[in-house]
Amino acid sequence: MTGRRPFWLFTALAFGYAFLYLPIVTLIVYSFNDSRLVTVWGGFSTRWYGELLRNEQILAALWLSVRIAAMNATFATVLGTLAALTLVRFARFRTRMLFAGMVAAPLVMPEVILGLSALLMFVTLEQMVGWPAGRGMTTITIAHITFTTAFVAVVVQSRLSQLDGSLEEAAMDLGARPWKVFLVIILPIISPALIAGWLLGFTLSMDDLVIASFVSGPGATTLPMVIYSSVRMGVSPQVNALATIIVVVVSTGVVVAGWLLHRQGRRRQS
Amino acid sequence: MPQPRRDPASLESWQDPDARPFLEIRGVTKVFDGATYAVDDVSLKIFRGEFFSLLGASGCGKSTLLRMLAGLERCTQGHILIEDEDITDLPPFERPVNMMFQSYALFPHMTVEQNVAFGLRQEKLSRQEIRTRVGEMLELVRMTGFARRKPDQLSGGQRQRVALARSLAKQPKLLLLDEPLGALDRKLRESTQFELVNIQERVGTTFIMVTHDQEEAMTMSTRLAVMDAGRILQVGTPSEVYEYPANRFVAEFIGAANLFDGRVASADGDRVTIQSEGAPSDIVMHHPQPLAIGTPVTVALRPEKIRLLDEPPPEDVNWIRGTVREIGYLGDVSIYHVGTEGGLTVQVQVTNRGRRTSGPLTWDDVVCLGWDADAGVVLPA
Ligand SMILES: Nc1ncnc2c1ncn2[C@@H]1O[C@H](COP(=O)(O)OP(=O)(O)OP(=O)(O)O)[C@@H](O)[C@H]1O
Ligand SMILES: [Mg+2]
Repeated sequence: MTGRRPFWLFTALAFGYAFLYLPIVTLIVYSFNDSRLVTVWGGFSTRWYGELLRNEQILAALWLSVRIAAMNATFATVLGTLAALTLVRFARFRTRMLFAGMVAAPLVMPEVILGLSALLMFVTLEQMVGWPAGRGMTTITIAHITFTTAFVAVVVQSRLSQLDGSLEEAAMDLGARPWKVFLVIILPIISPALIAGWLLGFTLSMDDLVIASFVSGPGATTLPMVIYSSVRMGVSPQVNALATIIVVVVSTGVVVAGWLLHRQGRRRQS
Repeated sequence: MPQPRRDPASLESWQDPDARPFLEIRGVTKVFDGATYAVDDVSLKIFRGEFFSLLGASGCGKSTLLRMLAGLERCTQGHILIEDEDITDLPPFERPVNMMFQSYALFPHMTVEQNVAFGLRQEKLSRQEIRTRVGEMLELVRMTGFARRKPDQLSGGQRQRVALARSLAKQPKLLLLDEPLGALDRKLRESTQFELVNIQERVGTTFIMVTHDQEEAMTMSTRLAVMDAGRILQVGTPSEVYEYPANRFVAEFIGAANLFDGRVASADGDRVTIQSEGAPSDIVMHHPQPLAIGTPVTVALRPEKIRLLDEPPPEDVNWIRGTVREIGYLGDVSIYHVGTEGGLTVQVQVTNRGRRTSGPLTWDDVVCLGWDADAGVVLPA
């Protein structure tokens, strides 16, 4: 009886993980498929990766996405950190709960709503103040910043709330002015959370299809948009290759972010 | 507990009425959230070179008072003066005061050396000067070999030393210590107590220490203040506070005390006679101030001032009869809990060197307890 339980547990676990990862594994395997038909195995080959590198449209979209993601991650990290700093400073519990809830709302808001509301805002703004003129890279970046800031704020806030408040007081007591305390004490200590937040923001922006579709304009096609539209015209093995690359990059980012946070957590405990 | 040796000359400044206090706290009050009086109208004078302790139970406002001295908390009312200069509104980074935090608050991303140098870097000192000063400080706390370590590679006692070195590095006029030994185990605590006093004598800085351990306050301080609910109940040297507690709370908080409630039956010069329901005989005590007949009072007697008697004393005052209920053998001394006929429990401490004529005491033995007229104090009830 007891001998069998691990077996069943193991089976259930394997089944669960298979359910999660089988589609991705299939995709990766088929990206090395020599056949033009996506569903027919024609032997191992890396030709789609080569063709991908010669595909101007995809490369342009990739470059656009990377620029948007980097800019978004940077702005979101700054804004999210400021939001987190303000939040942990609210002494009153109720005020803090209210503002924390409001900052975190985009985490649970459906993307369709976020995208639609961003689009409406941009259109209204353009009519009223003439900026942003048309839609494109700028509008996508702004829309991304609004929703990734929430993620960064949550990550940084959790780190800040673990921070021993007396560190700040000790630094001030030793003669450091508040801005210096922030620069030489707080910033270095929370820097792993900032890096993790930046990576998270980058990944989220690289990933996003829905919001970008709403607020993008002619000439501003991000990578997920290219993939999505090309798949609608029939899955090309190139897309498999591209998706594989994205999976590798994104999972590396997530692992690095996780590792940074974990290492920091362990340090704090010891 | 042995007392660290002190320079007797430094002890007397507070007895000199003309002495200028180094630190003066004038009517300082701190109210949290409009209702919590964490510190309530506290006034204190502290003199140069003192090792002053704030002693009190948890939540009585010791840390809050200390934090107001450091500038980390604003005074709701009152003034703080250092050498006649009002520092009430100065921010922490402009005060000639440093603090050692209870959690040590060492910067985790800096080495021991960098931690100690942090305060010096905020002043415009040359690299060479900083290096020399850090070296001196690490030597003072015997941590020279650990200069390159990070705080998480140190033991609790080592962290405590680094925190001390860091707070002394700027040579503050006043050092505040919030339960500096609270995180150490008992054995380390006792050795560190002496070391801290020695360091204080060597650097000559005025120390104010917060503690809730009365033994620690007694051993280390030149003077101490007993606090309760935001107020100061008594200020004095450890022996003054122990021998002449000002009220019931202090008597019970500092050391153990046996309390007898009663009324003044007669007063004759500096001797008062008190009738207490707890004691069958009259209690006759020394009390220099005159007391009106009928005043309700409490007599406080320390356990080590009570003697075991074989029979009631001939004058028939200052004695009580009871049964041994509990015996605590502590090696050098024994503590007896004696249940009296009046229903009280009296603690008696007896050194284990003398022998009673009728053999060792055991449970349920009936004993007589006696004391002298100057063995305790008469407190307002
Ligand atoms: N920031 C604050 N806001 C509201 N109340 C506070 C605050 N800080 C302290 N208090 C209250 O003030 C009172 C005194 O607190 P304080 O920290 O000075 O106590 P303490 O004597 O240092 O106790 P302990 O020995 O436990 O450290 C307590 O009742 C506490 O709840
Ligand atoms: Mg405290």
